[in-house]
Amino acid sequence: MSTTILTVDDSRTMRDMLMLALSDAGYRVVQAEDGVHGLEVLKNEMPQVVITDINMPRMDGFGFIENVRKSEKHRAIPILVLTTESDAEKKDRARKAGATGWIVKPFDPVKLVNAIRRVAAA
Amino acid sequence: MDAMAAIKQTFFQECEEQLAELETGLLAIEGGQSDLETINAVFRAVHSVKGGAGAFHLDELVGFAHIFETTLDHVRSGKLAPTPDLLKTMLRSADVLADLVRAARDGGTVEESRRKALADELARWSGGAGEASATAESESSEGDSLEGLNFTPIQISLDEIEEQGEAPTGDRFKVTFKPHRGLYAKANDATLILRELSSLGSAEIECDQSKLPKLMELDPEEAYLIWNITLTTDKDEQSIREVFEFVDTDCDLTVSKLDPPGLESIDIAAMIAAAQSGPRPEAQPDPETPQSTLAPAAAPAAPAPSAGQDMAAKAAAAAADKGDGNVAVTAQTTIRVDLDRVDRLADLVGELVINQAMLAQRISEGTVGRASSAAVALDELEQLTREIQESVMAIRAQPVKSVFQRMPRLARKVATLTGKSVRLIMDGEGTEVDKTVIERLTDPLTHMIRNAIDHGLESPEKRRAAGKPEEGTVRLSAMHRSGRIVIEVADDGAGINRTRVRQIAVDKGLIPADAQLTDDEVDNLIFLPGFSTASTVSNISGRGVGMDVVKRSVQALGGRISISSNPGKGSTFAMSLPLTLAVLDGMVVTVADQTLVVPLTAIVETLQPKQADVHGMGGDSRVIAIRDRFVPLVDVGQVLSYRYEAADPMTRVALLVETEGGARNALLVDAIQGQRQVVIKSLEANYGRVPGIAGATILGDGRVALIVDVDAVVADARGDSYREPSMAMAS
Repeated sequence: MSTTILTVDDSRTMRDMLMLALSDAGYRVVQAEDGVHGLEVLKNEMPQVVITDINMPRMDGFGFIENVRKSEKHRAIPILVLTTESDAEKKDRARKAGATGWIVKPFDPVKLVNAIRRVAAA
Repeated sequence: MDAMAAIKQTFFQECEEQLAELETGLLAIEGGQSDLETINAVFRAVHSVKGGAGAFHLDELVGFAHIFETTLDHVRSGKLAPTPDLLKTMLRSADVLADLVRAARDGGTVEESRRKALADELARWSGGAGEASATAESESSEGDSLEGLNFTPIQISLDEIEEQGEAPTGDRFKVTFKPHRGLYAKANDATLILRELSSLGSAEIECDQSKLPKLMELDPEEAYLIWNITLTTDKDEQSIREVFEFVDTDCDLTVSKLDPPGLESIDIAAMIAAAQSGPRPEAQPDPETPQSTLAPAAAPAAPAPSAGQDMAAKAAAAAADKGDGNVAVTAQTTIRVDLDRVDRLADLVGELVINQAMLAQRISEGTVGRASSAAVALDELEQLTREIQESVMAIRAQPVKSVFQRMPRLARKVATLTGKSVRLIMDGEGTEVDKTVIERLTDPLTHMIRNAIDHGLESPEKRRAAGKPEEGTVRLSAMHRSGRIVIEVADDGAGINRTRVRQIAVDKGLIPADAQLTDDEVDNLIFLPGFSTASTVSNISGRGVGMDVVKRSVQALGGRISISSNPGKGSTFAMSLPLTLAVLDGMVVTVADQTLVVPLTAIVETLQPKQADVHGMGGDSRVIAIRDRFVPLVDVGQVLSYRYEAADPMTRVALLVETEGGARNALLVDAIQGQRQVVIKSLEANYGRVPGIAGATILGDGRVALIVDVDAVVADARGDSYREPSMAMAS
């Protein structure tokens, strides 16, 4: 069985890159285009890790994380925030919302996988 | 194409979408719609471009996008108000950003001075000190992420991490790690952190469970355990702290350097296994801290989230078992298809339509009755074929937005060059039309917009004098109207100066000095070749490229262009175009034993000429009285050189047609065979250009029929000089 990772990003480029890096590393990937879509996908999926962007239409990363943490079924899923913002303020907001960790864009695949390993036994 | 090249292509496609989004957003804000969602959308667009550009080493693009983003962030946070001046800067920055994207894609460069000037301007707005500092800032804040970006996916094995530290060397550190309950609430897992920590070297881990309450008092979400680790590693303290990066606000952490080694190491793998798999009867003895019995603490130590995670794992396992492991499930509702494939499908459907028509004809020629089941099935087949055709055409249909969105930029450029102030309002961008039409729409539309600003709008002074707002308005709109798309460019300028237009036409010898022309006819003079109303040669509209070129390119698309003008109020140019270039509703007619197709859109009505209505005008010219008007009677057979002598109208049929200019003529044909939808085949591509003929098609019986170019035939009959003379056709 391979580990499932949900990626939530409004940028197709980013989704494609994540897909490439993650599937190369042996993960199964499910994708969503924004927070609302991410929550929808979670109705049918139980990923081991979620990777989410911050700036997205409809529901941004903060809102998405808060919603996941409110869900009895999903709140234990580690969530990595994927963002170009490396400033402390964004990180703090993400953490307050319940993010498990973060990945700074642009990421390289090794760092990406390391970050995943840091939050999940996967 | 390797995977990264494909993603790069996606990136550039996405960039175009983001740039369009950016421009739309900025224009909306300019138009007073400065709500947070619009501002956020604009911010996201730039942010997205920057994000992707970073992954591809497009440093110049990243740099500029970063400065742009910073300024937008100030607007977003309310530190900067979106004033008209700031928006002008931003719109021009959007242009530079677009140029940078295209330069990155097509391998060009963007004028350094222009980029820098706008970067500085943006930085000034956001209170930065210009490009240099902004770039430096971007690099320092994202320092390590910007280097080593060579994105080559690699396979990483989990074992790599765990098979390290056989012979521990280096410094010894004492690490105390006391998680708070928040750490678990955010789905972090102490065991994973310890695992990562132990990968740095050789670790002795002991668990202090002295805070652990009795089971009855235990709060499953509370964190009770404290971990004491002695780590021998060649890494520095910074590397150790990095392991705790995600949790540093959710734990108490101390890291201190110890004196050289002296303790025996503990099997870390076993400890982790213990922590994960629950109670284990025998704990590792510890000489120094007797309270350390690691194992029993493990189960309660990993509170609720851990249990949840197990469930998560099981559920995912079930999910993964249903599908096969590695296959990616994407929840997207669109797919991207190579255009060639769609075109091939469209071609095949075209063939299918022809084939279906042939079959229908064969069957109707046979002995099968109309009500027979074969005929009924054939009717159904025809319905289906039409639906398939429409569906395929719908695949090729795109919103005109892709053309429209280039226009604001053009309008700004022209406005700057002419010193005019203009506001471009767009409407109906979502109107869909065939991709080919869209592609060929850009040029005429570009020219019409230029023309509207350059020639249509007055200078700000003149406008003020006329009591109008200094800022002129050009309205660009698209709509579907009776199976065609109508695109209008309307300005609120001075309108056409008919006296002047007439004078110019006379001066240039385009019309005789004593010609009697209606207002409409005068307006239409501007479509004549060699006509230019600009008193000076402007470098925007330029000499030689006039409305005649626009008219011709619109006609080449099977479209019509018309103008209506209101002195002092402005002019409106309307283009009416077919929704697709692939099929056409036509009237199949016979002319001198030839089968021709006349586009139905051009035909107003059909009639049987009566002797009393036809009047000779000298030579071969004749007119026919239709109700109370006389219209020229054009013998198609004669114009296309199928016959030399003008045919007798009495035994024939006249088709009343309307040309682009709105002029009416009666086309004389021998007989009407019927009306049908035909698939257009290019004559130019397969044979050569034939005057008076727009294309060809294959009829149901397999014969080739030529499609009549109504305007060309009418112009030829009138002897208009700009049409090539008719020549004998190979039939």
